[in-house]
Amino acid sequence: MPPLDEGTPLFVQIAEQLADDIVDGVLAEGARAPSANELAAFYRINPATAAKGINVLVDEAVLEKRRGIGMFVASGAREQLRAGRRKRFAEQYLDPMLAEAKRLGIDTDTLVSLIRGSGWHNGGDTP
Amino acid sequence: MTPVISATALGRRYRDQVALNDVSLAIQPGTVTGLLGRNGAGKTTLMRIVTGLEFPTSGAIRVFGEAPAENESVLRRMVFVREDQAYPDLRVTHVIRVASWFYPNWNGDLARQLLADFDLPLGRRIRKLSRGMRSAVGIVIGLAARAELTLFDEPYAGLDAVARQLFYDRLLADFAEHPRTVVLSTHLIDEVADLLEHVVMLDRGRVVLDAPADDVRGTAMTVSGPATAVEEFVAGRPVWRRQRLGARAAVTVAGPLDLTEQARARALHLRLEPLSLQQLLVHAAGSPADEKVSA
Repeated sequence: MPPLDEGTPLFVQIAEQLADDIVDGVLAEGARAPSANELAAFYRINPATAAKGINVLVDEAVLEKRRGIGMFVASGAREQLRAGRRKRFAEQYLDPMLAEAKRLGIDTDTLVSLIRGSGWHNGGDTP
Repeated sequence: MTPVISATALGRRYRDQVALNDVSLAIQPGTVTGLLGRNGAGKTTLMRIVTGLEFPTSGAIRVFGEAPAENESVLRRMVFVREDQAYPDLRVTHVIRVASWFYPNWNGDLARQLLADFDLPLGRRIRKLSRGMRSAVGIVIGLAARAELTLFDEPYAGLDAVARQLFYDRLLADFAEHPRTVVLSTHLIDEVADLLEHVVMLDRGRVVLDAPADDVRGTAMTVSGPATAVEEFVAGRPVWRRQRLGARAAVTVAGPLDLTEQARARALHLRLEPLSLQQLLVHAAGSPADEKVSA
C-alpha cells in the first residue's frame, strides 16, 4: 500500500493516486475506476473520504459516472492529466532541483551534462 | 440533515467534579466520528448520557430527535460497546445468542464470521476468557448488531495491534456496505485517524475541537532549519511551539501553507513537516507554547 502523507487532505491524495494510475496507463481510458468502498478498504480510510477523492476527478471530467455501473475513465483523460502536469512541471520539479543545485554550487553546465547522463560518476569528462 | 446525536449546553457534575461542561455538538447520520481526548476528559460520561445510562445535570441531549433515557424506541436503535464491558458468565456462543435477541438489525452471518476472525472459543465461559478475548466479544456484538447508532468506547482493552487492525478493517468494510452512524472513542488517535470523517475532541469536560477530519489535517506545520531563516519565514504567523537547538530552530505555526509558501520554504532550505492528528490534538489539549532546548 502506498503511504499516505499527513499534510495533504486524504481525499486530495486519493485523487492524485488515481490520476497517477491514469497517467501511467494502469487505469486505461474506458476502464472502470475503483469504487469508493474498494478504495476505502485498500487505503484503510473512510469511504466518504474516498468518494470525495473520486469526485475531484469527476469534477475535472477525468472520470465519468455511468449510472448503476460505476465510475469510468473518460476518453482523453490521460492526455488531459498529462497536459496539466506538464504545466506544473517546472514549479514542482525544476524549481526545487535548481534551488538544491545552487545550494551545492552545481552550475548550469554541470546540471545540463548531468541531465544528458554524461559520466558524472567517472569524473564528468565524457561528452 | 437532522443530526443523530445533538447535545445542547450539556453539563454533568459529580459532587465536587465537573465531568462535562457546556458541551454542544451534533453528530450527522452516516458518519464515523472520533471522540478523542485524554483519560478523564469526559468521553465515557458523554457516551453514557447519549445511551441513556446517565442523566445530564444541565442542558439537553437528543438522540434520533428524542431524549434517550428510558426511551425504548431510541435505545433499540443503538448499540454501545464499553471498555471492559461486563457480561453474564455464560458461554461465548450464548452471549452472542442473547445479543441477537436485542438488536433488530442483528446479522448472524456477520457474527459467525467475526467470531472466527477473532478466533474466539465459542464454548468457553466469559469468565475464562482473556481480557483481549472479552474485548473481541464486545466488538463482535457491536458490529453484528448493525445498529443505526453504533458507539464504541475504547473497545480494545487487551487487544494486540493485529487484532485492533482486524477491528478497524471489519468496521470499515461493514460500514461501507451498511452505512450507519459510528462514534468511536479512543486515545490511539494515529491508529484510527484515517477512518474518521469527523473529529470531536474533549478536554477537561469541554469540547476543544469539533471539525471534519480533512479540515484538521494540515492545520499546522513544523518549520525547521537555520534559526534566522525559520524566524524570517514564520514572521507574522501564529506560533504554537518554538524550539531551538543552537543555530537551528523548529517552529510550529498554524495554518496550511500554499504552494508559493512551500516553494519559498524550499528556497530558504527549510524543512516542512505537517503535524499528525495526534500531535494536533495534543496541542489542542493545551501544551506549553514556548519550549526551549538550550544548546
